[in-house]
Amino acid sequence: MSAETADIKIPAAAIDRSYLHDGTSLKSWLLTTDHKRIAILYFASITAFFFLGGAAAALVRLNLVTPQGLLGSPETYNRLFTLHGVVMVWFFLVPAVPVTLGNFIIPLMIGARDLAFPRLNLFSWYLFMLGGAITLWALFIGGVDTGWTFYTPLSTAYSKGHVALAAVGIFVAGFSSIATGLNFIITIHRLRAPGLTWYRLPVFIWSMYSLSVLLVLATPVLAITLLLMLLERLFHIGVFDPAVGGDPLLFQHLFWFYSHPAVYMMILPGFGVVSEIIPAFARRPIFGYKFLVWASVTIAVLSFFVWGHHMFVAGTSVYSAVLFSILSYLVAVPSAIKVFNWLGTLHKGYIHFDAPMLYALGFIGLFTIGGVTGLWVAALAADVHLTQTYFVVAHFHYIMVGGMVSAYFGGLHYWWPKITGRMYPEAWARIAALVMFIGFNLTFFPQFILGYLGMPRRYATYAPEFQVLNVLSSAGSTILAAAYLLPLAYLIWSLLHGKRAPQNPWRATGLEWQTPSPPPTVNFIATPHVTQGPYAYAPPAEEPPPREAHE
Amino acid sequence: MNSTAASVGFQYRNRADQHEAALTGMWLFLATEVLFFGGLLFCFVVGRHANPLAFDAAARETALWAGTVNTVLLLTSSLAYAAGIVFMRAGNSRRLMHCCWPALALGGAFIALKFGVEWPGDIAQHLFPAAASFKIGGALEGGARLFFVFYFVSTGLHGLHMLIGVALVIWIMLRARRGEFSAHYHTPVVMVGLYWSFVDIVWLTLYPMIYLVGRG
Repeated sequence: MSAETADIKIPAAAIDRSYLHDGTSLKSWLLTTDHKRIAILYFASITAFFFLGGAAAALVRLNLVTPQGLLGSPETYNRLFTLHGVVMVWFFLVPAVPVTLGNFIIPLMIGARDLAFPRLNLFSWYLFMLGGAITLWALFIGGVDTGWTFYTPLSTAYSKGHVALAAVGIFVAGFSSIATGLNFIITIHRLRAPGLTWYRLPVFIWSMYSLSVLLVLATPVLAITLLLMLLERLFHIGVFDPAVGGDPLLFQHLFWFYSHPAVYMMILPGFGVVSEIIPAFARRPIFGYKFLVWASVTIAVLSFFVWGHHMFVAGTSVYSAVLFSILSYLVAVPSAIKVFNWLGTLHKGYIHFDAPMLYALGFIGLFTIGGVTGLWVAALAADVHLTQTYFVVAHFHYIMVGGMVSAYFGGLHYWWPKITGRMYPEAWARIAALVMFIGFNLTFFPQFILGYLGMPRRYATYAPEFQVLNVLSSAGSTILAAAYLLPLAYLIWSLLHGKRAPQNPWRATGLEWQTPSPPPTVNFIATPHVTQGPYAYAPPAEEPPPREAHE
Repeated sequence: MNSTAASVGFQYRNRADQHEAALTGMWLFLATEVLFFGGLLFCFVVGRHANPLAFDAAARETALWAGTVNTVLLLTSSLAYAAGIVFMRAGNSRRLMHCCWPALALGGAFIALKFGVEWPGDIAQHLFPAAASFKIGGALEGGARLFFVFYFVSTGLHGLHMLIGVALVIWIMLRARRGEFSAHYHTPVVMVGLYWSFVDIVWLTLYPMIYLVGRG
C-alpha cells in the first residue's frame, strides 16, 4: 500500500496557508472543491434565503395586526405564507446546519482532509442554487398559493399560481440534498482518522449520519411525488385525480412520508450542535454518550413510521390513526432521553454562559415546549380540535425556530472562530441570544393560546376577539427580526475587526480544535491519531474552583 | 479530487480506499434510486388495487412483443458490459472496448424500439392517457387512462436512465481508448457497470407489472 501513497500529491500551498488564503480569485471560490470553501458558499446562500423567508414572515405578521388584514387581498397573503414556507423549509431549515456547519466541521471532526466526494459537494451547491433560482423565479413572477404542502387537488387542478415551476425548483434542490447526504455517509464510513472508532465519534457526527440517512432515503420519494403532481397539473390527468380512479390522499401519504422525516432532518443537526456546545461550556464529559447516540438513530428510524399523524382528520382508518398516534408518542422517548442527558451533563458542571451556551440552553427549553405540545397534537381526540389551528403553527415553530434556528446560531458562534479565524464580539452575541429568546417567545407563545381558542391557520382575516394576542405576536416578531439582524451586523464586523482567534478558544476537545484557526486547505498537517473518546473534559475538581466557592 | 487517472484524492490513504469509497457511494446512490422508483411503483400498486379490471384491460393493450424483445436486448447488453468489467479487472482494456460495443448497440436498440416503435404505436392506437379520445371507453376508461399514466411515466423515466447509461458507456469507451484504465485503476468502469445493471433490474420489475399481470 505504501507504494500507492506516492500517487497522492498535496500542493505546498495547501499546507502552508489557511484555506481562506489559498487563492483569492472569484474562480478559486466558484470552482473550489475544498469542503470549507463550499461551506462558505452555502453560508452566503443560506443567509440570503433565511432573510428572504423571514421578510415574508414579517409581512404575514404585519397583515395579521388587524382582523381584516392589512395587506388587502387574501391572495397576496396566501402567496406570502407559501413563499415563507417553501423558502424556509427547503432552502433554509433542511439544508442549513448540514451544508454549512456540517460541510465545514465533519471532515475536521473526524480527522479527514476533505469529504469523500469533493466535486459532488460543489455540484450539490450548484444544484441548490439552480433549484433556488427556479423556485424564487416562480415565487416572484406571481407566486404560489398552495402553502408549502402542495396538497392535491388544489395544486393540480385549482391553483392559479406557478405551482409547476416551484415544484421543479424543489425537485432540483432535492437532488442537492441527496448528494450532500450521500457524501456525508460515505465520508463518515470511510475517512475517519486512525483510532477514531464509532463510539469515539462526537455526537454531532452521529447526528449528521442519522440526518444523512433521512436525506438519502426520504428525498427521492418527495422527488417522485412532486414529479407525479407536476405531470398531473400539466396533462390534467394523473395519479391523484379521483375522476380516473386515482387518490388525492395518496399524495398526502407520499408527501408526509418525506416531510415528516424532513422535520427530523431539521432538528437532528440541532441535537448534534447542542451536544457539542453543552459539554464544552459545562466543562464536563457528556452524560450518557451511548444513549444520546442511539437516541439519534432511533429518532431517524421512527421518523419513517409516523407520517400518518398529519392525516388524522383526512378520513383515514381509525385503526391506522391509533397506530400512528402510538408511534408518534414513541418519538418522545428518545427525544426526552436527549433532554435529560443534556441536563445531566450540566449537573455539577462548571458552566460558562458564553453566547453559544445561551443558544444551547434556549434550545433545550424551547425544544422541550415544542416537543411536549407535539404530544397534544399526536393525541387523536385533541388533534381534532387543534389541527389546522395556530396551535400547530406554534408547536412546529417551537421545534424549528426555537429549536433548530437557536442551534444553528449556537453552532455558528461556537465554530465562528474556527471558520473565520476571528472572534465575534461576546457582549453583542449574548445580547442577541437573549433578545432572540424573548422575541421568539413573544411571537409564538400567544399562538398556542390563539390555536387553543380556535383561530384557524392560513387565513388572511380573523375574528376580532383574537386581535390582542395577534398584536402581541406581531410585536414579538419585530423583536425577533431585530435579534436576527444583530448577528448579521456584528458577525460581518468581526470578519474585519474581530480579535484573531486562537486555535482553541473554548478549550474544547474534538479534533477540529487541534488545527489552526482558520485551518489550512489540507485541514491537518499530520493526520491525527485518536486514542480516546470525545468530550474528555477534565473533571470539575481539576478546574479552577467555581465562583460560588469565594462567597 | 483530481480527474487524471494517476492521482488519488488527498483525503484518501491510498487508491484502494478511494475505490472502495466510490463503489459504496454508487451503491448508496442506487438505494436512492430504489426509493425514487419505489414511490412510483407503490402508486402503481395502489392504482391497480383500486381499479383491477381497468388495469387488466389496459395491460392487454400493451405491446407484449416489444416489451419481451426489449427485455432480451437489455439483459444481453448488461451481460456484455459485465464481461467487459471482468476483462478490465485483468487489465485488458482492448477487450473492454470489444464488450462495450455490443452493450452500447443493444442498449441503443432498446431505446430505439421503445421510443421509436412502441410509444408511437401506443399513441397511434389512442392509448396516450391525456388524449381527447381514448381507445378504452365505458366504465373502464378512467382506470385504463390511469394505467397508461403509469406506463408512460415509468417507461419514460426508465428510458431517461437508459439514455444516461448509454452516455456513461460512451464516456467509459473514450477513457478506455485514451488508455486511462488498468488492472490497477478501473473504478469508473465498475461504477458504470453497477448503474447499468440497476437500470436492468428496474426493467425486470416494470416488465411483469406492465406487460404480464392482467394477461393471465
